[in-house]
Amino acid sequence: MSDLKQELKEKIIEQLNLEDVSVAEIGDTDQLFGEGLGLDSIDALELIVMLDKDYGIKLADPKEGRKIFESVDTMATYIEANRA
Amino acid sequence: MANDYFIQAYSHIRNNQIWHNGESIFTADSADFSSFMKAAYKHFALDYGKFFKMDSLSKLAFMASNPLLNDEPEKNTALVMTNKAGSLDTDRKHQTTMNDYPSPAVFVYTLPNICLGEISIKHQLYSENAFFVFDSFNPSTLHDYANALLDSKKAEKVLCGWVDFEHQKHDAFLYIVSKSGTFEHSLETLNRLYQTP
Repeated sequence: MSDLKQELKEKIIEQLNLEDVSVAEIGDTDQLFGEGLGLDSIDALELIVMLDKDYGIKLADPKEGRKIFESVDTMATYIEANRA
Repeated sequence: MANDYFIQAYSHIRNNQIWHNGESIFTADSADFSSFMKAAYKHFALDYGKFFKMDSLSKLAFMASNPLLNDEPEKNTALVMTNKAGSLDTDRKHQTTMNDYPSPAVFVYTLPNICLGEISIKHQLYSENAFFVFDSFNPSTLHDYANALLDSKKAEKVLCGWVDFEHQKHDAFLYIVSKSGTFEHSLETLNRLYQTP
């Protein structure tokens, strides 16, 4: 699980072009949106694409994303439970 | 009315170099545009993380407008920009991903006027804006459009110019038209300033 969290942090930085952020700066339970990493709605779409492309998970209901993308922790838990 | 307006300040970006009012303020030996922009971002300590999410055209327009708008208190500054390639560079990037997983972050930049939005967000401008595509730098249209905006009091100042990006080749010339300034706002001046940083 900790490997997956590390991998997710690296992917988030790379795919969302967070040049000013390092892996060490993203805590497992830090909020990804709002006051945390400050991601926006386009970033949310990129994360949905990433789930599909890299983990074979299609979000049937985009509203689910709100809980899934709350933090690296919640993302990793969801991926572990649903990955193809 | 046309002679009542002046060019307050201007900037150029060409060949990995940035000029402000004819003076070189940054240069980099970077082989590619992305590295050049990253080096400039660090040099000017911009502290604006969203910069790295932008496409090349927006980065170019953002960086060229930065020295002009940084200390500009007038928020009713309209934006009028032009280029030849439109958003073609990003359009091509988007096209290459069409058969796989298109990136939403790339797709949102497949219009050239998005760069105006990026500048407006950074400098908190709620002003008029327009983007036109021409074969080459067209001072006549820019001149008339800026004058019309000022004459009709739609704006107090106008940031205008040319921002073109394709295949790593970049060319930006931006200037602010206002009621006071060093140079007369004329076609002759615009042609001369465009040619020589």
